[in-house]
Amino acid sequence: MDQMKTIKVNAIKNGTVIDHITAGKVLKVIEILNLADDSSVMIGMNLNSKKIGKKDILKIENRELSKNEVNSIALIAPKATLIIIKDFEVDSKASLELQEHIEEHIICPNPQCITNLESINSKFRIIQNTDVTARCVYCEKKYLLDDLKIKI
Amino acid sequence: MKNLISMRDLKPEEIYHLLSVTEKIEKGEIIPDMQRKLAALLFFEPSTRTMFSFDTAMKRMNGDTIIMSGTKNTSAKKGESFADTLQTIAQYSDIIIMRSPTEGAARFASEVVEIPIVNAGDGANQHPTQALLDLYSILKTQGTLKNLKIGLAGDLRFGRTIHSLTQAMSLFGAEFKFISPSFLQMPDYIKDDLTLQNVKFDEIREMNGNISDLDILYVTRIQKERFADPEDYEKVKGSYVLNRDMLSHVKDNFKVLHPLPRVDEINTDVDNTKYAYYFSQAKNGVYTRQAIISILLGEV
Ligand SMILES: [Zn+2]
Repeated sequence: MDQMKTIKVNAIKNGTVIDHITAGKVLKVIEILNLADDSSVMIGMNLNSKKIGKKDILKIENRELSKNEVNSIALIAPKATLIIIKDFEVDSKASLELQEHIEEHIICPNPQCITNLESINSKFRIIQNTDVTARCVYCEKKYLLDDLKIKI
Repeated sequence: MKNLISMRDLKPEEIYHLLSVTEKIEKGEIIPDMQRKLAALLFFEPSTRTMFSFDTAMKRMNGDTIIMSGTKNTSAKKGESFADTLQTIAQYSDIIIMRSPTEGAARFASEVVEIPIVNAGDGANQHPTQALLDLYSILKTQGTLKNLKIGLAGDLRFGRTIHSLTQAMSLFGAEFKFISPSFLQMPDYIKDDLTLQNVKFDEIREMNGNISDLDILYVTRIQKERFADPEDYEKVKGSYVLNRDMLSHVKDNFKVLHPLPRVDEINTDVDNTKYAYYFSQAKNGVYTRQAIISILLGEV
């Protein structure tokens, strides 16, 4: 059993594993990381997880994520775990955290919002109730986080 | 308080402080002196009334104004950024009062310049000085802001004044009646906020017969242009016009408010009843703006 687990996690030599992605969100993660081109990736979907019920998992070979990329992924999969693999070993492991203030990574859907009319960064405030919502600091419109377009 | 951008930023105690300064200014107990102070009025969208109200407020305090008025950022044509325009104006003036069709413009301005910014309306978003003068009018006529029953009638969907006032009054335990045609009803995001705060509200399609239990009726205009079919407008508009006959059973303390300009949603036969308060409300706007400017410039 232990060995099985080790093989699963260490199946890449060097790179990044994003575990505990909210089930159904892995394709969105691939999209924003722009992995379609040349990276080797392994995808697991709808796997059983003790921690979050159903989960997706993504393994990317020879790639480390920037801080910006990590922040964006947190918006899509706030419960994800980020694992860095070096030479088949787990080098580091960290839970992603949804920050209360998000700059840049969300595009405000309101066409009248100043962030879409002047070249300035968006700023959102994340509100976690039963639903996770995000309120634009500028136009003050509130959206479900799931409905928002995330960028890096 | 460094800027006035949104009603969301204000705590009840800050609102009370501002309203008490307004009252003292009205009664002549505080006479703010703005001599040598210059307010820049930047109106990227025309609004003669709001501009006059601020201009009057500043001049009543011996202050001065410079006015930039145009349909859009006038420097934009020359390729200057909005941020640069603001930085430049801030070198000349002590306070910037700005109106813009762009939502969030005032918030952005407050991040760019050091001097105080007053939001005089940013698109469909906020118009906090209007909300505050409405609160002052309510306080003055009712003696309290607490636990009032407030009717809001007309265009509740697009009216930012209505939205700001609803948010503000919900801080004080108000109960609401929303009176509007269905497609101009209060937006869900406002109603969701009210539900979260346990604020009671009813939605009603007819003004007549539904105002006798109200302390305040706030009337707004229903614009014909909102309707795709002019016939639909003709069908509903009569249900949202207040006239004198409808006032026979209202409460003694009942008052009618309107942000003005009025077209025909309040019949002129209401004007000389004791319930009409909309012209006094406009006058209150000057006192309220005097208080806001004085507080932001540290003069009171
Ligand atoms: Zn926005």
